[in-house]
Amino acid sequence: MTADSRRPGELNARELGRWMWRQITSMRTALLLLLLLALAAIPGSVIPQADVDSLAVTRWKDEHPKLTPLYERLDLFSVYSSPWFSAIYLLLVLSLVGCIVPRLLVYYRGLRAQPPAAPRHLTRLPVHASYATDLSPAEVLDRARAVLGRRHRVRASTGSTSGAADDFVAAERGYLREAGNLVFHLSVLIVLAGVAMGSLWGYQGGVILVQGTTFSNNLTQYDDFKPGGLFGQDRLEDFRFSVDKFSVDWLKEGPRFGQARRFEADVSYRVGDGKAKRYDLRVNHPLEVDGTEVFLIGHGYAPVITVRDGSGEVVCTGPTVFLPRDASFLSYGVVKCNDAKPGRIGLDGLFFPTFEMRDGNPVTVFGDDLNPTLSMLAYTGDLGLEDGRSQSVYVLDKSKATPLTKPDGKPLRIDLQPGDTVNLPDGLGSVTFDRVDPWIRVQISQTPGKGIALVGMILALIGLCASLFIRPRRVWVRAVPAGAGAAGTMDGTQGGGGTLVEVAVLDRSGNGEMDEVLTTVLEQLQKDPRS
Amino acid sequence: MSNTAWETLSNQAVATAGIVYFLALVVYLAEWAALRQPAADRELVGAGAGDAEPAGQAPEPATGAATPRGERVAFLGRLGLLLTVLGCAAHLVGLVGRGMAADPNRVPWGNMYEFTLTGTFVVALLYLVLYRRFGLGWMGPLVVGFVVATLMIAVIWLYGAVAPLTEALNSPWLVIHVISAIIATGAFTLGGIASIMYLVRMRAERRAEAAGRELSPWLARVPRLDALDRLAYRVHAFAFPVWTFAVLITGPIWAHEAWSRYWNWDPKEVWAFITWVVYAGYLHARATAGWKGRKAALLALVGLATLWFNFIGINYFSTTSQHSYAAERPEILRPAQVSGLSGG
Ligand code: HEM
Repeated sequence: MTADSRRPGELNARELGRWMWRQITSMRTALLLLLLLALAAIPGSVIPQADVDSLAVTRWKDEHPKLTPLYERLDLFSVYSSPWFSAIYLLLVLSLVGCIVPRLLVYYRGLRAQPPAAPRHLTRLPVHASYATDLSPAEVLDRARAVLGRRHRVRASTGSTSGAADDFVAAERGYLREAGNLVFHLSVLIVLAGVAMGSLWGYQGGVILVQGTTFSNNLTQYDDFKPGGLFGQDRLEDFRFSVDKFSVDWLKEGPRFGQARRFEADVSYRVGDGKAKRYDLRVNHPLEVDGTEVFLIGHGYAPVITVRDGSGEVVCTGPTVFLPRDASFLSYGVVKCNDAKPGRIGLDGLFFPTFEMRDGNPVTVFGDDLNPTLSMLAYTGDLGLEDGRSQSVYVLDKSKATPLTKPDGKPLRIDLQPGDTVNLPDGLGSVTFDRVDPWIRVQISQTPGKGIALVGMILALIGLCASLFIRPRRVWVRAVPAGAGAAGTMDGTQGGGGTLVEVAVLDRSGNGEMDEVLTTVLEQLQKDPRS
Repeated sequence: MSNTAWETLSNQAVATAGIVYFLALVVYLAEWAALRQPAADRELVGAGAGDAEPAGQAPEPATGAATPRGERVAFLGRLGLLLTVLGCAAHLVGLVGRGMAADPNRVPWGNMYEFTLTGTFVVALLYLVLYRRFGLGWMGPLVVGFVVATLMIAVIWLYGAVAPLTEALNSPWLVIHVISAIIATGAFTLGGIASIMYLVRMRAERRAEAAGRELSPWLARVPRLDALDRLAYRVHAFAFPVWTFAVLITGPIWAHEAWSRYWNWDPKEVWAFITWVVYAGYLHARATAGWKGRKAALLALVGLATLWFNFIGINYFSTTSQHSYAAERPEILRPAQVSGLSGG
């Protein structure tokens, strides 16, 4: 309706839309978007990502105070969930859908269509040959139908319109290539759907569990918890498990001396009110409970430390999780006893699994707890606990605390081995190192849609192989009595009275070796039929 | 045989392989030199390469030549091939030795040295397997040169003594994931060599045409552009699904078992993904008018660069990768997870 009132050169909204749509769904756009996606993925591999390593992000921010605001504005610490990264792949998805849907229709129609009739001038096709034979044209065509019919779809020979039979045979094969290509591209969408489900409804949580403790699967028990956007608490399965025993093999020789292996946690778990079952939780061997999975991803030491206050009352006791600082399992931890009287008691320091003095320095020479030793400093006074702010159990706020000192004024260092007790000065109490328990860190997660993503990816692979390895092609054979003059060819092949045969092969993928195909077809056609 | 004996055997076999490959390279270079013959019998070569014969194979002008020089070229070509086969055999012994030296025995893919050893082996083996089918005689010096150079890097900078696998690597998925990644890497490398030669020959052809002279004899032996393009495509088309299988199927399955997330945007994963996307771009490019040929070849080389950067470079470049085999991380704990903890 606007067509007549329009000035020349002006596109109406519909046409503009169509034009844009055509641009978006063009192969060239797909190519550019793919390259853009590759490019856009690079920053995330160079700049630390909050999702992957939040510690590294913090460290980076400390080191680059000037760049940090800019980087934050550009979402460079969470590239893969940033608007600009999402925009690229959403455009790609749009382009993909716009590309696939029309092709599906074309393919559907193509499936039912006959192979096209032979072009008039077969010899103008890039790959062709011709020869003369004594057989009659009909015999040649019958032969061609038989030869090609085995592996091609052959065009039905009717010739009904002209009344005469066709003077050619048309054959086509390789329909599955396009099907494979379509399956591949559709599967990319399936994979994306699966991944999206995982990030919307899934969750990841982590918790450290000392040997002998029990974990119940509810939010309060997690140390950290990352839910997907649409996660609801009701998705947490009702189960609990306890870590009965954890063991590690330490390599005592060879080039990987000191490396730990064969982490193994004996776990007993129970779903709802069900029976308790046992599981051998190892790396690469997660426990699955009704779609929730439990992974063993870390381990460390929890020295059992008992603190008594001035009145001899036990104010703190139990395993204290120390966090490994490096591969030697030199670990750091703190103890906070708020209820101690007459003064609060705070401890922080290091745990040496296999303690040794080397050149006057305390070191741990091995990761196994062969000579477990604690070396801590003690504090009293304001431990920053009363202002109600939540505080990490792994950090002691010493800013206002009073360090305990020896009579000579040096800081009091409490060095303990299992069984040892040290008295604190000023009648504050005592500290006992009872024993060491191992802890494990588990990751607990639900990843809905992972099966869908996997199936999608496998379908994609199958489609990909079909698309890459199936070589579609068309073959035409035309046979005319020699001398009648096959369209346009007079290249000296016609013999008196025989038949002139022309064969042409058209490669539909652009990658095949059509010459070989032509040679084979020619060989088969020319084979002596009586032999 | 004791483990140390196996390890020694492996080291000696790798050294032998290096030397034999090097000899092969020398022979190929001699062949190349012999090809730069006086104009008298160059005619033959030019004719063999320049005619319109539609075969996709590399014309082998020198082998059939009845001149003494042609015979010499053919002989050197055969000798080079023989040496490549021998080198490859020694290479295999080196690999098997690595696996047997470990306790318990295992696949030799525990660290960068072993990955590189296997990767180069796959390049050499694929070359030999495809030699006849695609007429790859012309590719000899390039392949052997690449293998020698990479082996040298492996021995000098990446060498590590035989050691048991780290715990996360100790999975059947290691075998299937790594073997497919390495096969794909080897194939992409071969395909990349074909793409490089496409660009080189294209340039040489243009220059030769501008100057009105013939292509140099060695380049004339390289297949014509359309055949090169097709060869590159075929090798890439083989490698791409294998790579897809390695990094987008088995990789995520294994990552899920070991680290609880099937895709973590870890630098190694990011670069594997980048490589995948670039090669997907290559396959698109070949089907897009205006990108065929030269631009597609360039894209294939970008893909190859990302691939090898990921294979070796990222280990030194990024410290956050869980895949950093170069810097051993003997514990399974990721510091990130510890730091993410808070009280309560
Ligand atoms: C997520 C984005 C995409 C990826 C990862 C992707 C990947 C691929 C790959 C690997 C191939 C080669 C294998 C094959 O032939 O099946 C391919 C081919 C193809 N793609 Fe895509 N593609 C994407 C998006 C698109 C889009 C948006 C279009 C439409 C514009 C498209 C159109 C095609 C076509 C027509 C081919 C066949 C090329 C040929 O005939 O050789 N693709 N794609």
